[in-house]
Amino acid sequence: MPGTVQSIERAAAVLRLLARSPRPLGVVEIANALSLPKGTAHGIIRTLHGVGFIAQDNRTGRYRLGKDLLRLHDPPIDHNELRARALNWTDTLASRTGEAVRIGVLTAPLEITIVHHVFRPDDSVQVMDVGRVLPAHACALGKAVLAYHPDSSTVLRDASLEAFTARTVTTGRSLLGQLSTVRERGWASDVEELNGGEASIAVPIRDQGGAVVASVAVTGSPKTVCDGGRNPRPRLAARVAETSRAITGELAIRRE
Amino acid sequence: MANQSYVVAIDQGTTSTRCILFDHAGRLASVAQREHRQIFPRPGWVEHDAAEIWRNVERVVPQAINQARADSSQIAAIGIANQRETSVLWERRTGRPVANAITWQDTRTASLVDQLSAEGGTDRFRDRCGLPLMTYFSGPRIRWMLARDPVLREQAERGEVLFGTMETWLIWNLTGGPEGGLHVTDVTNASRTMLMDIHTLTWDDDLLDAFQVPRAMLPEIRSNVEVFAPTTTVLPGVPIAAALGDQQAALFGQTCFSPGEAKCTYGTGAFLLLNTGPDPVRSSHGLLSTVGYKVGGDDPVYALEGSIAVTGSLVQWLRDRLGLISSAPEIETLALEVEDNGGCYIVPAFSGLFAPRWHSEARGLIIGLTSYITKGHLARAILEATAWQTREVVDAMNADSGLALTGLKVDGGMTSDNLLMQTIADVLNVPVERPMVSETVSLGAAYAAGLAVGFWPELKGLRRHWHRAARWLPEMDPGRREREYANWQRAVERTYDWLQHDDDGPGT
Ligand SMILES: Nc1ncnc2c1ncn2[C@@H]1O[C@H](COP(=O)(O)OP(=O)(O)OP(=O)(O)O)[C@@H](O)[C@H]1O
Ligand SMILES: [Mg+2]
Repeated sequence: MPGTVQSIERAAAVLRLLARSPRPLGVVEIANALSLPKGTAHGIIRTLHGVGFIAQDNRTGRYRLGKDLLRLHDPPIDHNELRARALNWTDTLASRTGEAVRIGVLTAPLEITIVHHVFRPDDSVQVMDVGRVLPAHACALGKAVLAYHPDSSTVLRDASLEAFTARTVTTGRSLLGQLSTVRERGWASDVEELNGGEASIAVPIRDQGGAVVASVAVTGSPKTVCDGGRNPRPRLAARVAETSRAITGELAIRRE
Repeated sequence: MANQSYVVAIDQGTTSTRCILFDHAGRLASVAQREHRQIFPRPGWVEHDAAEIWRNVERVVPQAINQARADSSQIAAIGIANQRETSVLWERRTGRPVANAITWQDTRTASLVDQLSAEGGTDRFRDRCGLPLMTYFSGPRIRWMLARDPVLREQAERGEVLFGTMETWLIWNLTGGPEGGLHVTDVTNASRTMLMDIHTLTWDDDLLDAFQVPRAMLPEIRSNVEVFAPTTTVLPGVPIAAALGDQQAALFGQTCFSPGEAKCTYGTGAFLLLNTGPDPVRSSHGLLSTVGYKVGGDDPVYALEGSIAVTGSLVQWLRDRLGLISSAPEIETLALEVEDNGGCYIVPAFSGLFAPRWHSEARGLIIGLTSYITKGHLARAILEATAWQTREVVDAMNADSGLALTGLKVDGGMTSDNLLMQTIADVLNVPVERPMVSETVSLGAAYAAGLAVGFWPELKGLRRHWHRAARWLPEMDPGRREREYANWQRAVERTYDWLQHDDDGPGT
């Protein structure tokens, strides 16, 4: 059995101390209370401050518990708020790439619900997709979320999955293989796996704590989304990733 | 201009100040935003601290520039859009505001407005300035401020105390403040003061007399699209090349450049503007005649406006005052917990009723309450209030123009609310469309500034940037639509005659 990590034990002690203290505490007070060298205490405090678990009083420079610690129990982000936060950035993505943009969230073990849809900017007739449920295994939006979901390996290990086209992945085992590729390159794709004539690239959206809460995708014809060899274009993926980062930034502002 | 890749827009709004960078294709490249305090000293009074707003501008502009990893040499121009009618007086010598700015929602001038109306009717100045006598506009506010303090009046007469709406305040500060700051306004903001002749676009002596406003305190009126001056701070050297009221900026940003084109912006309030071309159209159904925009030395373009005072701010009220939601978009989640409004209606006449009814003595109500009603029903009723208020304004617009609106272009923060947009399509019975940039106020300010400095060569070409991002089609059963509309109208009528004169409080 591996040993325990001392610095984490000490960090926990700092949090307990601050939780019990009726007033904010300074570095020296914390170091003395826990019999830690001042430098060690300082490093732990700086780290906890960096992740938002403790906050510093502007005036006195002393520390107390941070809002993010108190929010550990909060429900995941409201889907309508996610859309509102993402709106500007998904518009820019659609307009830069010329493709339709969607945001999806996992609402059942293998179901993605579309919570935001920006039309392809060609002014053609398109139908709002918000509220539509997609099979997570057959679309990029789903794979981008499943790749980081703690339940995926259990849910998928022996699963057989419905085929929507000849290209849909139909065994959990091969999907798990794809998901590890998704984790390696940071983005997911599907090429005519859900609908013929349609390809997508999706990137997970993380909240500011690093947890994947949704995914964002561009969808278009395989001709524009993929290169000549029918491989999704990495440059397009980079644009989607940029959008995902901007949305994460927006979610962090909300938490301030 | 080889390396100038962006135009900066500053959107000084009612709840926040934003800075947005736009690229050549009219795409949003970065955005920084900061809210300012809403100060409610008494019922009906709503103030802002103009110094705080200026500090926010000083912060958000560099933030937006950094976010785009740009520097000021890449910025072709700055365009400013602002909450309209909000009025501030400040000392020319020190740059200090003499008091908080009085916002457009503030109703403290009610008695004064009543008194002026009693002398010659609500519409006594309408031919000259396009507006009915209402607490909404700046003119009565200036009179109210100066009437309270004879010393201030003397200083105003000597030009030591200056008047401005927010664009004037920002431009003055951006161009040196006490050290030679430029004291200017634009035709759209000036058209909301009740002090400008809407035909000649100049300050009018009769109107100045009626509101007892000394000319020396007033800014010079400029067009919307022209180089005002280079800034001396924040982005030194970059020209300020546009200023427009936020709603007119949105009209411009939606590229409603032809007569008959209209848009509705959903923010704190909601404002439907219809381009009426080269002549002001006088409404007989409760709409305002206002300047749409004026490009440099060109003839002005006029607009008809339906102003709704309370839409997004009702959602904020649910969030901040009742605490039933923790962020505005959660209202949609809450509303979707129920199927319908359960018979409950909310009429948010917080500042009286604006267009098309103009009842300043009305106050808000919630009606149809039974023990059946849950917070979900309240959330529905709040969203529906925005939709029905839009319907009333659209009906007025149709009646005035003799043409029926066939679709509505929308923008603003509330357009991220799908349920609301669907409800608006349902109650108007026309398709509702949102363009690719919902920050259309900023986009309009950027377009105007970019045109002034040649970043974009001409007006018409801007239309190519407009693309549909979303569209909602009507789905509501016509019988239900009519029943609900009738219920809404009955609810609105019950808000009338609520405020009695003694309620106005001191200082009027
Ligand atoms: N999803 C939503 N549903 C309903 N209302 C919303 C939603 N998101 C934002 N709002 C409301 O929209 C308003 C914000 O929109 P926006 O940012 O366009 O307004 P604003 O520009 O700040 O207004 P102003 O220019 O008057 O300051 C707020 O009043 C908020 O309550
Ligand atoms: Mg606004």
